Amino acid sequence: MADMSLKKTAMPEQAPALRNKNFSEVSLGYTAEMAVSEAKRCLGCRHKPCVSGCPVNVRIPEFIQKIAEGAFEEAYALIASTNSLPAVCGRVCPQESQCEGKCVRGIKGEPVAVGRLERFAADFHRENAAAEEKPEKRGTNGRRVAVVGSGPAGLSCAGELARLGCALTVFEAFHEPGGVLVYGIPEFRLPKAIVRAEIAELEKMGVTIVTNAVVGRALSVDELFDEGFEAVFIGSGAGLPQFLGIPGENLLGVYSANEYLTRINLMKAYLPEYDTPLKRAKRVAVVGGGNVAMDAARCAKRMGAETVYIVYRRGMAELPARQEEVHHAEEEGIVFKLLNNPAAVLGDEDGAVRGLECRAMALGEPDESGRRRPVEIAGSSFVLDVDAVIIAIGTSPNPLLTSATKGLDTNRRGCIIADENGATSRAGVFAGGDAVTGAATVILAMGAGKTAAQSIDAYIGHKK
Amino acid sequence: MYKIVGKRALNAAGTTFEMLVEAPLVARKCLAGQFIIFRTDEFGERVPLTIADYDREAGTVTIMFQPVGRSTQLLAGLEPGDYIRDFVGPLGRPTEIADLKRAAVVGGGVGCAIAYPVAKAMHAAGVAVDMIAGFRSRDLVMLEDELKNSASRLFIMTDDGSCGEKGFVTDKLRDLLEAGGRYDEVVAIGPGVMMKFVSLTTKPYGIKTVVSLNPIMIDGTGMCGGCRVSVGGETKFACVDGPEFDGQLVDWDELLRRGAFYRDAEAEQREHACYLTGGARHG
Repeated sequence: MADMSLKKTAMPEQAPALRNKNFSEVSLGYTAEMAVSEAKRCLGCRHKPCVSGCPVNVRIPEFIQKIAEGAFEEAYALIASTNSLPAVCGRVCPQESQCEGKCVRGIKGEPVAVGRLERFAADFHRENAAAEEKPEKRGTNGRRVAVVGSGPAGLSCAGELARLGCALTVFEAFHEPGGVLVYGIPEFRLPKAIVRAEIAELEKMGVTIVTNAVVGRALSVDELFDEGFEAVFIGSGAGLPQFLGIPGENLLGVYSANEYLTRINLMKAYLPEYDTPLKRAKRVAVVGGGNVAMDAARCAKRMGAETVYIVYRRGMAELPARQEEVHHAEEEGIVFKLLNNPAAVLGDEDGAVRGLECRAMALGEPDESGRRRPVEIAGSSFVLDVDAVIIAIGTSPNPLLTSATKGLDTNRRGCIIADENGATSRAGVFAGGDAVTGAATVILAMGAGKTAAQSIDAYIGHKK
Repeated sequence: MYKIVGKRALNAAGTTFEMLVEAPLVARKCLAGQFIIFRTDEFGERVPLTIADYDREAGTVTIMFQPVGRSTQLLAGLEPGDYIRDFVGPLGRPTEIADLKRAAVVGGGVGCAIAYPVAKAMHAAGVAVDMIAGFRSRDLVMLEDELKNSASRLFIMTDDGSCGEKGFVTDKLRDLLEAGGRYDEVVAIGPGVMMKFVSLTTKPYGIKTVVSLNPIMIDGTGMCGGCRVSVGGETKFACVDGPEFDGQLVDWDELLRRGAFYRDAEAEQREHACYLTGGARHG
């Protein structure tokens, strides 16, 4: 009989007043007892609604059953059979709108904490079994596939194809693989040691990662085919930062969220032994309401800012960020200046930021996105006294690769056009993740990478 | 890891270096005007440097630099046989060598290292090149023979008159223009202030002036937006839209301010590091 308590087993966390001064992980993870107890809340539904909510179809009731039995390593093996990055997904997936959103237990009370359990199994494996494992290099079928970009889409595609026996080479422009997992998502949400361990698992399977390789400049897609790759998967993400187009955006102290987060996460500006400079701002305005805005705001707080604002033109209900992220940000003292739209960044005589001029907004009729359109309230202009502004209003796909690749069609937003199987307008070239959809989530990118991997496998199989 | 296979000082004072780095992926395809980003070690910044030369067969790339900030100082401390942690490129758009008859190439200090291949390429294409190379003093003069061989005329300018003529490169350029020198294009490569004043000098003559910018950046692929520069009222990313731009359209004051953004922080950090470790890397 399942445990019928209506609430999830609580996740231990660092206290807000402590954690907003360090970069250690906020959520501390379940103990074995907590995991077993939470696993017992699962009803083991035969129609498995949770699995249909998962872009990579993790065998959720099966692995939870194993945790309930205390067979943690078997639980991990079940997850890893369909998911290339379990420890990552257990931390950053928006479970509330995916697996947990479909959980029967969620109809009355809280759903089973699928994400926390996935994280537990992956962490258990990493801490206990991973080191003892023999490298399980798969016998390859001799088919070579190139993956462009080592973010969630690329890694997931590479992992899946390696499992199917292909020889994989992943090209990464940065000096470290992981894409948004290493440059974007902060250490306190996703420790980089975990990303490295997940990538090490893929390398054990025979995936080769080449860093400092910019496809679109140093190498072209055509050259990859010339070099003997039979198919190419493009998972180059949505790396191009958008700016507001308001006066003062080039003043000193205005950062794109990409730059700000990269300096902190990839380039480790928060660690004294690294040379990476970052302006130590006292009062910071982060413009935007998504997960990236929350990450930037929480980083700014940890870098020593006294006051950090989220400036967003719609209201609380419209914030695109996950509720959990908003909740954590509020707990950590981030101030939400909602229904405000930036009109100009103001500078001092040295060209440094001294304020952000905003206008108050009211919500009008729903727009094409279904959200109520913000309308400016006349005469409502005011100035937020800040010395840094971080623009986190979204990113679009980087044109570097698409503009250098003939025959690869893109839409008017610069996204690569790919069908539901990841096939593009060019034979042998597949794509998925943010490069196709525009900025979305880690797990959607992983799902797309995995789907494309299956298409690639079929494609090179047919070529034989 | 990228092996250093050659290194030499480019001037008598030993303040500017040429380094050859084994980087086959960069050497394979790079063209004049493009740049690389290096990171000396795990703790280092990512720093852009323009490619001075390359050898496709040997798989080597030549960079020339003056140790100014912490990262270039660390780089200068490395010797042949040592390795650079990261070396990525080629980045940016290559130089467009248009159909020119007469051109002036203006180099300032270490900028001459980058102006040299431009002059060489133009000279080889049959363009009449006036090369104006500026340095603070005699002991900082570099590549004198190379520059002489890649220009119709070479004018060396020093601040103190210890070599060539006394004065700034803009003084010479103005003289040449006033004396009736008609150029199809002027290329200026050097410190931001120099490029600004070269652009101002050529403006009344309506001569197209190409400058090569080297702002602060992280990735070099358009991702961080840190290298944004206003050109003709539009925001451009120097890493992907440049690094070469029309100097008469660049907002120089903004560019110079942005370039100096971390200067104080770096000076403070350097002092701190010297105090702790005598300048060596992290104990």
